[in-house]
Amino acid sequence: MNKDVAVEVRNAVKAFGQGDSTLRALDNVSVDIRKGEFFTLLGPSGCGKTTLLRLIAGFETPTSGEILLDGKDITQDPPNRRPVNTVFQSYALFPHLTVAQNIGFGLEMQGRPTAEVAAVTAKMLALVQMGAMAHRKTSQLSGGQQQRVALARALAPQPKVLLLDEPLSALDLKLRKEMQIELKRLQLETGITFIFVTHDQEEALTMSDRIGVMSAGKIQQIGTPRDIYTKPVNRFVASFIGETNFLSGTIDAGGVRLASGDVVEAGGIEGHAGKVTIAVRPEQVRLTRAGEPGALPATIASWVYFGTDTHCHLTLSDGTEVVARLQSQASGDTELEKGKAVALRFAPGAVQVLGD
Amino acid sequence: MAERAFSATRLPGFATIAIVVFLVLYVPIFTLVIFSFNDANSVAVWGGFSLRWYQIAWENDAVKAAAVRSLIIATCAALIATTVATMAALGTTRRAAFKGQTLIYVIINQPLMVPEIVTAVALLIFFGFIKVATGYQGLGYLIAAHSAFCVPFAYLPIRARLEGMDLSLETAAADLYATPWQTFRKVTLPLLLPGIIAGAMLAFVISLDDVVITEFVKSGGQDTLPTYMLGQIRRAVTPDVNAISTALLVLTVILLTAFFLLTRKRD
Amino acid sequence: MSSNEDRQRAASTRTGWALSAPALLLLAFAASGPLLIVLVYSFLTPGDYGNVVWKFSLDGWRGILFSRDIFDGTLQLADAHLTIFWRSVKLSLLTTAITFAVGFPTAWFIATRPPTSRALWLFLITIPFWTNLLIRTVAINEVIRNEGIINTLLIWAGLITEPIRIIYTDTAVLIGMTYVYLPLMVLPLFAAIDRFDMKLLEAGYDLYASRWQVLRRVILPIVKPGIVAGSILVFVPSLGAYVTPRVLGGGKNMMIGNFIELQFGAGRNWPLGAALSMTLLIIVTIALLFYVRAANRGAPHG
Repeated sequence: MNKDVAVEVRNAVKAFGQGDSTLRALDNVSVDIRKGEFFTLLGPSGCGKTTLLRLIAGFETPTSGEILLDGKDITQDPPNRRPVNTVFQSYALFPHLTVAQNIGFGLEMQGRPTAEVAAVTAKMLALVQMGAMAHRKTSQLSGGQQQRVALARALAPQPKVLLLDEPLSALDLKLRKEMQIELKRLQLETGITFIFVTHDQEEALTMSDRIGVMSAGKIQQIGTPRDIYTKPVNRFVASFIGETNFLSGTIDAGGVRLASGDVVEAGGIEGHAGKVTIAVRPEQVRLTRAGEPGALPATIASWVYFGTDTHCHLTLSDGTEVVARLQSQASGDTELEKGKAVALRFAPGAVQVLGD
Repeated sequence: MAERAFSATRLPGFATIAIVVFLVLYVPIFTLVIFSFNDANSVAVWGGFSLRWYQIAWENDAVKAAAVRSLIIATCAALIATTVATMAALGTTRRAAFKGQTLIYVIINQPLMVPEIVTAVALLIFFGFIKVATGYQGLGYLIAAHSAFCVPFAYLPIRARLEGMDLSLETAAADLYATPWQTFRKVTLPLLLPGIIAGAMLAFVISLDDVVITEFVKSGGQDTLPTYMLGQIRRAVTPDVNAISTALLVLTVILLTAFFLLTRKRD
Repeated sequence: MSSNEDRQRAASTRTGWALSAPALLLLAFAASGPLLIVLVYSFLTPGDYGNVVWKFSLDGWRGILFSRDIFDGTLQLADAHLTIFWRSVKLSLLTTAITFAVGFPTAWFIATRPPTSRALWLFLITIPFWTNLLIRTVAINEVIRNEGIINTLLIWAGLITEPIRIIYTDTAVLIGMTYVYLPLMVLPLFAAIDRFDMKLLEAGYDLYASRWQVLRRVILPIVKPGIVAGSILVFVPSLGAYVTPRVLGGGKNMMIGNFIELQFGAGRNWPLGAALSMTLLIIVTIALLFYVRAANRGAPHG
C-alpha cells in the first residue's frame, strides 16, 4: 500500500435503474489521489464526476468496487464517520445558524470542548477573512461570502480530504478568478488533499496538480495539466481541453502520411499501425511561404481577428480544414488574403497520435 | 456496518410510524364500510354480505327527508358561497394592496378561525330573534349559515388559481380591443373556471358534512343527514348508520378526487 | 405618485371593496355579526325558561368559575366547571402532543417520497380530513366500544375475558380527537418539510452529526413554523370540540363545547353559555396571534 496515496478508488461502479433502463453513472472507475495534492475531476455534465465525489464523501454507496482512505476501506462507512468534508455547489449553509455557528458545527458534532470550538472558529474566520461577519445570519451574505463560509466550515474539522463540488460555478467571472487564487493558496497553506470537481477546463488547468478527465462514467486520462494539454490520449480529451485540429493519416516511414501525401513527424506512434488520427493545437501551426520544402500546401479560407491573436482557417490540398492561431504581427496582417496559397509547418513535438 | 446504502433523508423508525399511521387512519373507515354490508346486527360478528341496511336506510322516510334536505342546502350554499367568493377573490387579488384588505381577509376567513360551537351559539341567538320577529321557520337560516361558512373554502382555491394566472393574457385581450367586461367573460372567467368548480365542490362537501352549526340553527324536524345520524347515535349505534355513512363517504371521495384532479399542477 | 396614478389607485380600491362587499355582507349577517350579540348576551340575566331577561348582570361571567350557593347566595369555586376546563385543556394539549409525535414522522415520510407518488400519499392523508367528522367519530366508536374491534380481537386472542371499557372515558375522547385532527397536524408539517432544503441533511452528516443530532439541530429548528402552525390547527379545534366528546365521552365527560351547549339546553343559562363562548373565542384568538407572530418571525429576510 502506497503511503503517499490519500484516496484510492478501485473499480467503482454506480448504476441506477434496472434491466434495460440501467444507467451507469460510473463505469469501472479507478483512481489514486495523492496526499497533499490538488486533484481535479474534469468533464462535461453527466460524465460522473459529481457521482464519484459523492461516493468518496459517502452520500452514495457504490454498486460495486471499493473506496479506501489512507489504506482503510471506507466503502460502507456513512459520511459522518469519514474524516472527509465537502464544500457543496449550493453551499448548503444552515440558515438558522450564524456564520460562526456554521463554521463550528462540525467540531460541535464531534463533541469538542466549547473553548476549542471557539478557538478554531476564530482561526477559520481569519483564514477566509470573514471575522467581521461572524454573528450574521448566512442569508444576509453575498454569494462570494457564503462561499467562503462554506469553505471555512468544511476546513474547520481538519479533514484528511476536502471535496469541492463545482464551488465557483455560481460566482461572476471576476470573483471566480479571485477565488481560484484563494483556493490554491489555502490548499498550499493547509496541505490538505483537495479533490475539486469542475466542467471548466481553464479552471482545471490553472489550479490543479493533476487532472482526471472524465466522460460517460469513465476516466479518460489522468495527468498533469501540461500532460493533458500537450499529450491527449484520445479524441475526447483533445477536443474537451482547448481547441484541436484533427487530421487522418496512415503510419508510414516513421511518421504519419496524410491524405495530401506529406509525411509529418508525430509523437506517440509506438503501438499504433495503419490508419490513425493525429491532433495538433492551433497555436502549434506555423504559416510559411507557399512551396517551402517539407511544409504542407494550403489555402487561406478565412480568418477572425481577436486582438491578441488571429484565428486563421485554412484548407489543405485534400480539403481538410485546419485552424491556426497566429500572434498578431505588429505590421498588421497584410499577409492574409482569402484564397492565398501558403504552407503549414507543425511545431516539433506538437503532433500527437490519438488513442481512438 | 450499515447493510443498506446511505440515504440522507432516511430517519430511523419514521417510515414504520408513517405506515402505521396510514393504517390506523383507514382501518376504522374500512371497518365502517365493510360492516355496512354486514347481514348481522352487530359489529363483532360477520353474518354474510347483504345490502339490507342500505335498504332499511333507503326506506326510512326520515333518512330520505334528511338526505334531500342535505343536498338542497349543500347545493344552494355551494352556489351562493362560490359566487360571492369569486367576486371577493377578484376584488382582493392582483391589485395594489389597499387599506382594510387585511380586515376583508379576516372576515372572509372567520369561519376558519372561530370555533364552530361559538358561531353556532351566536347564530342560535341571532336567528332566534328573527324567527320570533318574522315567524319564518324555513330552510333560509340553514342556507344562510352554510353559505357563510363555506365562503372561505371556496375563496382559497379560487384565489390560488387567480394568483397563478398569467396577467399577460388579459393584457393581450385589452390590446385587441376587448372591454373589461368582455375580457372578463372571454378570457378571465374561462381560465378561472377550474378554480371556481374546485371551490364549489369543496364548499359542497363542507356543507354536506357540517354537524355543529346545523344542529344549533335548525328548527325542529329540519334534520340533515349528519344531524339525523347524531340523533341516532345517542340512542344506539345501528348498522344503518354505517350504511348512510358509507354512502356519504363515497360521495365525498368522488368529489374530492375530482377536486384534486382539477387543481393538480400541469407540468 | 402622479394624480393620474392616484385616481387609478382609488378606483382600484373602490372596485376591490365593491367586489368583496357581497361576501362581507353575507359573513357579517351569518357569521361575524352575531358574535357581537353573544358578547351582549353574556352581560344579561338568564330567563326562567331559557333565553334572557334584559337586565344587566355579571353573573354570566362570574358563573364561569364560581357558582352561587342557592341558600345563602355566596359565591363558591365551581369544582365541576374547573374539572371541565381542566379536561378540555388537558385533552387538547395531549392531542396536540400525540398528533405531533406521530404526525411528524408521517409528514417526513410523505415529503421524502419520490415526486410521482408523493401526490398520492398526500391525497391519502387528506381524504380522512374531508370525511365527515361524525363518520370518523362513529368509526372510532366501532373500534373502541365494548363490542368493537379492539375488544373483539383481544377476547378472541384470549388475552382478556371481559371487554375493556374504553368508550365513555377521557381516553376515548383523546383517541377520537387524535384520530380526527391528525391530518391537520400533518399537512402544515408537510408544507414546511417540503420547503426544507434536503442538501442541509448531507451537510449535517458530512460534518459528523448523528441521525439524532441532524434531527434536533438541523431539521426541527428550520421547520419550526410548520410545527407551530400544526399545533395551532390542532389545539384550537380540540379546545372547542363538541361532536367527538359528545359521541365518545357520553354525557359525563364534558368538554367546554358540550358545557356551552348545556347552557342553551337543559342548563337554561344563556348568559353563562355566552360568556363561556366569548372566553373560548378569546383563548383561540390569543393562540392565533401567537401563530401569526411565529409565522412572521420564521419568514426569510431580504
